[in-house]
Formats: sequence, C-alpha cells, structure tokens
Amino acid sequence: MINIYEVEETNKMVEKENLDVRTITMGISLLDCAGTDLTDVCNRIYNKITTYAKNLVSTGNEIAKELGVPIVNKRISITPISLVGASCCKTPEDYVEIAKTLDKAAKEVGVNFIGGYSAIVSKGMTPSDELLIRSIPKAMACTELICSSVNVGSTKTGINMDAVRLMGEIVKETAEYTKENDSLGCAKLVVLCNAPDDNPFMAGAFLGVTEPDAVINVGVSGPGVVKYALESVRGESFEVLCETIKKTAFKITRVGQLVAQEASKRLGMPFGIIDLSLAPTPAIGDSVADILEEIGLEHAGAPGTTAALALLNDQVKKGGVMASSYVGGLSGAFIPVSEDQGMINAVEAGCLTIEKLEAMTCVCSVGLDMIAIPGDTPATTISGIIADESAIGMINQKTTAVRVIPVIGKKVGDNVEFGGLLGHAPVMPVNKFSCADFVNRKGRIPAPVHSFKN
Amino acid sequence: MKKCVITVVGKDTVGIIAKVCNYLADTQINILDISQTIVSGYFNMMMIVDFAAATKEFGTVDEELEELGKSIGVVIKCQREEIFDMMHRI
Repeated sequence: MINIYEVEETNKMVEKENLDVRTITMGISLLDCAGTDLTDVCNRIYNKITTYAKNLVSTGNEIAKELGVPIVNKRISITPISLVGASCCKTPEDYVEIAKTLDKAAKEVGVNFIGGYSAIVSKGMTPSDELLIRSIPKAMACTELICSSVNVGSTKTGINMDAVRLMGEIVKETAEYTKENDSLGCAKLVVLCNAPDDNPFMAGAFLGVTEPDAVINVGVSGPGVVKYALESVRGESFEVLCETIKKTAFKITRVGQLVAQEASKRLGMPFGIIDLSLAPTPAIGDSVADILEEIGLEHAGAPGTTAALALLNDQVKKGGVMASSYVGGLSGAFIPVSEDQGMINAVEAGCLTIEKLEAMTCVCSVGLDMIAIPGDTPATTISGIIADESAIGMINQKTTAVRVIPVIGKKVGDNVEFGGLLGHAPVMPVNKFSCADFVNRKGRIPAPVHSFKN
Repeated sequence: MKKCVITVVGKDTVGIIAKVCNYLADTQINILDISQTIVSGYFNMMMIVDFAAATKEFGTVDEELEELGKSIGVVIKCQREEIFDMMHRI
C-alpha cells in the first residue's frame, strides 16, 4: 500500500514545485463540416464543437479536484481549416468568418484556446491554403482564442520556400494588425516544419487528417519538479544526473497518463497520446532555464547549454516513454523566451542570443519560440529565420518552429508584456545582414537524401 | 472498493484524529490504514480510506473535510488513490 512518504512527495510536487498537467486537448475533426455554402459550414462547425466539447472544461476541473493535481488548460485542436473551408471560401474574408465562428464556439465551451487555423503546405499551396494564409493577420486581429499554424516543410517533402517567403510577410502583417496590443497576434501564430498531427500544445496544435473524429491528447509539464529533484544531486556524476531526470520524468508522465485515461473515459472519446514536454511558465521555479542552471550553467546560453539541453531532452523521453504506451505530439523540452523567467533573465544578462537559441533548437522541441524582435525587422529576414529553422527540422527529422514577434514600434532593449501564460519578453537583436536575394528565389528546397528510405 | 487518500497537515493540537475519524464514521467511510508523524511540531497524517459505502459524494466530502480542517487549523486534502499508485508503482 502507498506510504506516507510517497503521498508527501506527490503533494510536495504539486504544492511547491509547480507540478501540473498543462493541457487536456480535445481533437475534433471538422472534415464532415465542409460544404459549398459558407453560412452552412460555419453553423456546422459551431454545432460540432459546442456539442463535442460541451463537457470538456467541467470534466477537466472534476478530474483535477479528485486527483489533487491542477489541469491548467483545456483546449481544442481541429482539422486544418484550409481543408475545411476549401469549397466555400473564395476570399480571405470568407476565412475570417470561419475564424470568428471558431472564436465564438471556443468562448461558448470555455476553453483557453482553439488551434487549427492552419494550412499544411510542405510542398505546395492550393488556392485555398493561400487564401487562409492571407487571412491570418485579420483573423488574429479580430479573434481572441484562435491559434494559427502553417507547416512549410518536412523531411519527406523539403521546404516550400514560396510559403516561407509568404509567411515572413504574414508575420509582419499580423504584427501590424495587432500593434495596439504589442503585436500579440504573432504570439498565436507559428510556422512549423515536420508538424505532428497530434500535438496538444499551442500555438501549433491541429488535428491532422490521420486522426479519428474525436480524440483526447494530454500535454504534461513539470520543469519545476525536475529542477527540485536535481537540487539533491548537485556535483554528482552524469549517470546520477540522468537517472534522476528519468525517474522524475516517469512520475510526471504517469500523472498525465492517468488524467488522459480518466478524461477519455468520462468524455467517451478515445485516448490519443501523451506529449512528454517540459513546458515552462512565467511562474518562478517553473523554468527550463533553471534546470539548465541546476545542471551547472551560470545562465542558459553559456557554452555547454546545447549539450545540457540535449541530455535533458533525451532523459525526459527515456523516463517518459515507459510511463505511457502512446507518446506523441512534440515531446521534448520547450525553450520559449517570454514564457520562461530563467530564459528572460539569461537574455537580460546578455548570455542568450537568437543564434544560441537556434543551436539549442537542434536538440530539443520545438524551435525559436516566443521571441520578441524589433518591429522594423524586414519580412525577408523573418523568412530567413524560418528557412533556417525549417532546415534544422528537415535535416534532423524533427519538428521545428518559429514563433517570433516583431513588435511594432519597439526596438532592442525594450520590454514587451503579453500577459498570462505568454509572459513578457525583452526585444532581442536580429542579425542585420540581408538574405533578401536568397528568400526571393522561387520554388522549394528539395527533400534531403536521407528521406529516400523506400 | 473505491480508495482515497486523506492527508492532514498542520500544527499539532489535541483531537485532530478524533475529529477527522468522527466525520468519516458519520459518513460511512471506512479507514483502511493510518500513518502519522510529527516533524518539528507539525502534524502530518495520511489515511487510506474506502469510499464504497459513503453516504455522500466525493466532491461534498472533499469540501466538508476542507471546512473541518479550517476549523481546527490544519489543511485536509482528499485525493483518489490512483494518482499515488500511478506515480509510485510500476
């Protein structure tokens, strides 16, 4: 039988070390809502979401209460809207109508976010994909709870550079459209390479076409728990360090697994995957950068950071995979800047640059995340950053992403406040040399040789 | 059997166990195991209980225990046992 020390350990994780389940994300397929009449499609989308997700928030709260573990977010991921709206949307404004419908449905069921205002254009864009992409700035400006993502490349297809070029412009335009709120729209827009179909985390969540009609995916968290566990093994060997991370990751993931099973049972929907990610929040002590410091770095960004992060990411997976039979999504340590107080401190101390963050993205999920950059950064430079990240993803067969926020009217050294889980961020310098001629070439970067596996 | 874990943490005083046990008896909740320690004046107790015959819903018991805890100056939490089993048993 469970003993008092085990009970105490679990409760200490929750009370003092910020253990939580980050999100229960309900995937809902909207493929059957497609049609030729926009109003009909909007009605069908609204009805399906508000029916399927009616009890999502209350069920999440019930489970959290019974188990004594907070479940921070309840979210919805949906079929990429460029597929759903293909027959009925003739202009970007038509897509904005769907965005408004999604926002209304999300508010009705009380979720934190709905993700899937997306297009998958890894190899090429259909007219519908392009309309959706062009509608993103306006959609982000007139909605609150929608997250948008565009997948511009994959290991199998190469990188669609036409989409990369377009996304540089769209990111800038989204920043302009939401400049009253420190360009907040860009915090809900992510450009991906090798995007998974079952990711429960925002802003990149969508329900891929390989998925069932409805599914429950759960994202765990717990950087604080790992950090506290490592405090007890200061100065010990790498073996001890790795063992401690693995054990902690196992425990964290088991909680996620239990929550996922319960949610799936109570909502009457199949369980999809557990996403084993260390997802930080701006709360003190809930930071991936703090773990890196605990491993032995003065600040995140110091030499050794990439190695420490690679080790951390790998051990989290090794501990986590045994705790759940179905692991998926992004599964790795997140290194957002604004959402992690330790990362913010590292940037402010002059230790962490975009270039170092780029190196770190080679060994962890997901990419350059929640980084505020000067508002006058050219669109082609943003496209260049997206191309670099996509190349890392394509060659290393992993998911990578770019979520940068060119904050209109702000320059290097200014501070930007996004609020809530999105945190705040110092505006970071971007390399000023041009890549315009590179980005302006037409077409795509071919798939790498190691993708030819057949 | 529907097992739950009740934890009581707070400053030690006379009658904590008695009050919690009385409440559980009144609610037809059977106690399967109790362990208790006192660390530097702080009372720390864990009970494993069976809810199968309980006359009240889990949510109600949880709230009433929380209230009871407040009245004696301790924190009482009620959680389903599965979370501990999942975390600490393979």
